[in-house]
Amino acid sequence: MKKKRNFHQASPGWNIVFNLIAGIFAFLCVFPFVFVVIISFTEEKTLATDGYRIIPKAWSLDAYQYIFKTGDTLLRSYGVTILVTVIGTVVSLLLISLYAYAVSRRSFAYRRFFSLFAIFTMLFSGGMIPTYIVVTQLLGLKDSIWALILPLALNAFYIMILRTFYITGIPDAIIESGKIDGAGEFRIFSTIVLPLSLPGLATIGLFSTLGYWNDWFNALLYIDDPNKVPLQAMLMRIESSMQFIQQNSANGSISLEVLQSMPQDTARMAMVVLATVPIIFAYPFFQRYFVQGLTVGGVKE
Amino acid sequence: MVGSFFRSFNRNKVMLLMVLPGAIWFLFFSYLPLVGTIAAFKQYRFSRHGFWYSLVHSKNVGWANFKFLFSTDAAWSITRNTLLYNIAFIVLGLVFSVALAILLSELANKKLAKLYQTGMFLPYFLSWVIVGYFAFSFLSMDRGLLNHTLEYFGMDRMQWYNDPKVWPYILVLVYLWKSIGYSSVVYLASILGIDRSLYEAAMIDGASKMQQVRNITLPMLKPIIIIMTLLAVGKIFYADFGLFYQVPRDSGTLYSVTNVIDTYVYRGLKTTGEIGMSTAAGLYQSVVGFVLVMVSNYVVRKVDKDSALF
Repeated sequence: MKKKRNFHQASPGWNIVFNLIAGIFAFLCVFPFVFVVIISFTEEKTLATDGYRIIPKAWSLDAYQYIFKTGDTLLRSYGVTILVTVIGTVVSLLLISLYAYAVSRRSFAYRRFFSLFAIFTMLFSGGMIPTYIVVTQLLGLKDSIWALILPLALNAFYIMILRTFYITGIPDAIIESGKIDGAGEFRIFSTIVLPLSLPGLATIGLFSTLGYWNDWFNALLYIDDPNKVPLQAMLMRIESSMQFIQQNSANGSISLEVLQSMPQDTARMAMVVLATVPIIFAYPFFQRYFVQGLTVGGVKE
Repeated sequence: MVGSFFRSFNRNKVMLLMVLPGAIWFLFFSYLPLVGTIAAFKQYRFSRHGFWYSLVHSKNVGWANFKFLFSTDAAWSITRNTLLYNIAFIVLGLVFSVALAILLSELANKKLAKLYQTGMFLPYFLSWVIVGYFAFSFLSMDRGLLNHTLEYFGMDRMQWYNDPKVWPYILVLVYLWKSIGYSSVVYLASILGIDRSLYEAAMIDGASKMQQVRNITLPMLKPIIIIMTLLAVGKIFYADFGLFYQVPRDSGTLYSVTNVIDTYVYRGLKTTGEIGMSTAAGLYQSVVGFVLVMVSNYVVRKVDKDSALF
């Protein structure tokens, strides 16, 4: 068989140039992470004299030993993040898939109303402060784990993606046949629709898993209790308290004890690495679904 | 009338039950905050008696919050920053991601192209906190890689986190670094969808690579470029809070070039305590944002009916 010619192809000379450009950019995208890994394995003393180096003079595992010895904060934050991510993803998949399914059904008389009810929220929002007031004063969620879960649970865009998925992916005939066999709506939904829409659910599920894992904003707004601070927010806090100490260390009001109990530079970078590692391992898997999600999102009813 | 409503309600009972949890969520997290925007017209005081009590019993001040906001320099500078950064993001993001998509589509070795793409996609998956640490490892005054490099070449160290001049460039660079790999996927997907016989015909007619890009690839990409751009224009009044808060490390000396509407509103809530004025700024953002979304959706609809948001 004759090999099919590929017409998307540059001449050999340009091909090298293109490879160089793409390769360099790809490298630059990955490099900062590699650099932070290197810093985390650098010996603290070398760091003080040399600063961050690509090839440090002395390597050390101290940062990781320090974390695993005294890392209650890190472990607790890890726990909070995992808990929030798991519960959040489940809650959000449940809410989104039910809502999207109902508004995708032609037999649902109020589907236009509820579609608009969701879409309107994409167009106009009260903004940060009114939301803050509702969450803290009306729902009383200040310093509650639910303040990390609920605000991210739903968004109209995901509903629209999944609705499109149901409409294009699940033929009416299957649902009708379920009805003829005497299944109720919930039964049809759980035994026919959900299994058939697994790729769509996986896409939305990964979007929201990533959203929960990377969230720090809700913690910034709603969480003061140090026991409930998720990973990303904890990294942020360490950073700002370090800055605070550095700015105020001159006036002597900060005790030496506090200063010594703060994780050192390498330890902080090691925490960054530990917070990122799960993403690094999961992301080639994420990537596939994200590309799919982008394509699904582009398809309209 | 009432009877027919109940009959229809009854017939749709199960479906209504299905949307109920979501509808309640929207009510609490989207619609009640809309009621809360009344705070923009109040001298808002938090009261321990709760949401409704605080809202009703805070003193009415009419448009005073808005008047005061727009009489300060802040209104001007946050609007300018938000708009200018977004314009830079839209224009440069478009140019670079389309160029990158074309470039990737032309690579002979598809395995390598996939590898590059995987690398470029990585920053998209990281949180702004992590990106903030990355930036710090380069920009730190005494330890950062950039200052070492400057010293190596015999130049002076820079106080990156105290120098507002350089931040417009840094923020644009960081934004492009984080987003291009992701957005080029959209364009790459549509380039791969272009009918190959067009390129075949062009090659037989002796068209060079550049001519093919100019006369086939770009015209075929035009609809999606227009849609993506208009969607971005609709959101031009919103800024990515993380980029402007985490990457400059909330450094006060940089506010003149890093303060955008979103960070201004946040600081009004957490730092300065100006709830009323901050809500006013948020409402100003929502209203202008709404108008822009409607206008750009109208334009999208004119250009390509299928791609309109609604």
